[in-house]
Amino acid sequence: MTAEHGTDLAISVRGLSKSFDRKTVLQGFGIDVERGAIYGFLGPNGSGKTTTIRMLCGLLRPDAGSGTCLGYDVIRETAAIKRRVGYMTQRFSLYEDLSIRENLDFVARIYGVKKPRQVVRETLDRLGLTSRQRQLAGHLSGGWKQRLALAASVMHKPELLLLDEPTAGVDPSARREFWDNIHELAETGVTVLVSTHYMDEAERCHRIAYLAYGHLLARGTVAEVVASSGLSTWVVEGAPNGLAVEMRGMPGVDSVAAFGRRLHVSGRDGARLAGAMTAIQQRGLAAHETVPSLEDVFIRLMSEQPGGNA
Amino acid sequence: MFSVRRFAAVVVKEFVQMRRDRLTFAMMVGIPIVQLVLFGFAINSDPKSLPTAVLANDNSAFSRSLVRAMENTGYFRVVAVVDKEADIRQMLREGAVQFAVTIPADFSRDVQRGARPRVLVEADATDPAATSNALGALKELQSLALRHDLKGSLAALQGAPPPFEIIIHRAYNPEGITQYNIVPALIGVILTMTMVIMTALAVTREIERGTMENLLSMPVRPAEVLLGKILPYSAVGGVQVVIVMAAARLIFDVPFVGNLWLFGALVVVFVMTNLALGLMFSTVARNQLQAMQMAIFFFLPSILLSGFMFPYRGMPAWAQALGEILPLTHFLRITRGILLKGSGWRDIAPEVWPLLAFFAVVLLIAMRRYRQTLD
Repeated sequence: MTAEHGTDLAISVRGLSKSFDRKTVLQGFGIDVERGAIYGFLGPNGSGKTTTIRMLCGLLRPDAGSGTCLGYDVIRETAAIKRRVGYMTQRFSLYEDLSIRENLDFVARIYGVKKPRQVVRETLDRLGLTSRQRQLAGHLSGGWKQRLALAASVMHKPELLLLDEPTAGVDPSARREFWDNIHELAETGVTVLVSTHYMDEAERCHRIAYLAYGHLLARGTVAEVVASSGLSTWVVEGAPNGLAVEMRGMPGVDSVAAFGRRLHVSGRDGARLAGAMTAIQQRGLAAHETVPSLEDVFIRLMSEQPGGNA
Repeated sequence: MFSVRRFAAVVVKEFVQMRRDRLTFAMMVGIPIVQLVLFGFAINSDPKSLPTAVLANDNSAFSRSLVRAMENTGYFRVVAVVDKEADIRQMLREGAVQFAVTIPADFSRDVQRGARPRVLVEADATDPAATSNALGALKELQSLALRHDLKGSLAALQGAPPPFEIIIHRAYNPEGITQYNIVPALIGVILTMTMVIMTALAVTREIERGTMENLLSMPVRPAEVLLGKILPYSAVGGVQVVIVMAAARLIFDVPFVGNLWLFGALVVVFVMTNLALGLMFSTVARNQLQAMQMAIFFFLPSILLSGFMFPYRGMPAWAQALGEILPLTHFLRITRGILLKGSGWRDIAPEVWPLLAFFAVVLLIAMRRYRQTLD
């Protein structure tokens, strides 16, 4: 077992499955995550992201499958995993009726952090919360709650950080700051697995995995995922009202997304889509081909799934 | 303006939510039925067939007639006939019998001589309500018990004054002061209510607020969480005990005959038992409302079937068996024993084992039910 602890894979799981009340949430899921990587976890709501993260840190027991997390068995050695993992839940799960400081003290002691008082003091300083340490955590704004939760989950210097939609409901500048933090942590060798719905965040990850309805649909770097999608995307500028609706019915067009007056038109059959776009150009509208964005790719992936909502 | 449609919308929504929470709904309907049957048949404020020990120093037809007459009142049931005074005292102190009847030597001879012998009836009056009706029935016996025996030449002994005298001694609570019984018992009642409810909410609160997920993701073991949750509430229980004891002493003048340390130790056992039960509820209930309902569902039989509100010995056998399971039943006996009777460890040990057994079973269930995962 000890030999494995030295491998450069932080997470290596195969065939993970989980169902609740006979409803399958995750089906034969497997990934490898290198140490020090920032791994993005994407997919629609209910695709199994949270379930996967919970299984990795021992909060849920997989029905089937096996693997290791930081070299420890995800089924039998959850206690060892919990000591080395930092987990930030989707919903704020520190104690709202404890002060900021009391929360940090509690977490530091549960993890058996050495010199807990000093670690907590440093954490408060770094967060800039020293002057508000006596404030109840429940009174913090969404952005501050998120900062506090992240700080609490890294006090014990985890080797792996599991973040479940950490930036949901957080303003853009706080999100930017949060991601700067994540990159700093990754540079110190921490592996980060983060689930998100934001495409700009996905693009800040080293690698991403796309999960839908319990199945892993795509993985790799952002460029690889885009390239492997086989998708063509065109941009139409200055589109009049009604054009988006009209274009959805055109041959070769799989999806149309409006960004103000600009439309992103995507399709899997590049030649047919080019034909449709030629017709648009003939109407005097500016249209040119572009590299599909991650969002175009994901919307495409989502609509291919049975029960998909695109 | 009050809109009937908006009002109706709220009503419908409430009904839908009520129906969603199956357990709560079942309890709302089930609890009244169970309670009605349970308490309707179990509670009896005029206890009969109370266990009685007889020390018959005079084995004669007269003394047998007296014992039979006592049994015929329906209040006394002779469970033991002993011939040593120490034995009868011990039975009374242990609570094995409610009454101890001492028939003097030469009872028969003294009756015939018209010397009007005295029969001593000692009652365990720690709970005055349990004995008052029975003692009331004794007065008539003085003139009626020997009616059939005093015939012929002895017939003249009938009538006033009666042929013998019954001396009643209310042991442990001679003046029959209700407070002596109720105030110490309230320690148990208060602890049962607060300890169970507080801990019942302890785990469900974490689940409801979403903090359980964080707690479970951290390297903390179930025993650490459960015991860590029990300890602070034990301290609260300790404060409650001190308050009630002080009030019992200073305001109600309740005597404290027994050993304070023994009592203190057993209070700890009782508190732990209730906390463990609260934790068990906490691990079974899905939300705080359910936990609260379970606590109340447990609390009612505790006060009604334990001997707190109504005499334990007045209940039918099945209800007594049920009461025997409840920690409060045993704690009440311990409290009355130590405070009023001065009982020592040997006298009350039979009440301690059931408490410990209850504690162990309930804690075991709580430990097994407490999940280390979110499954």
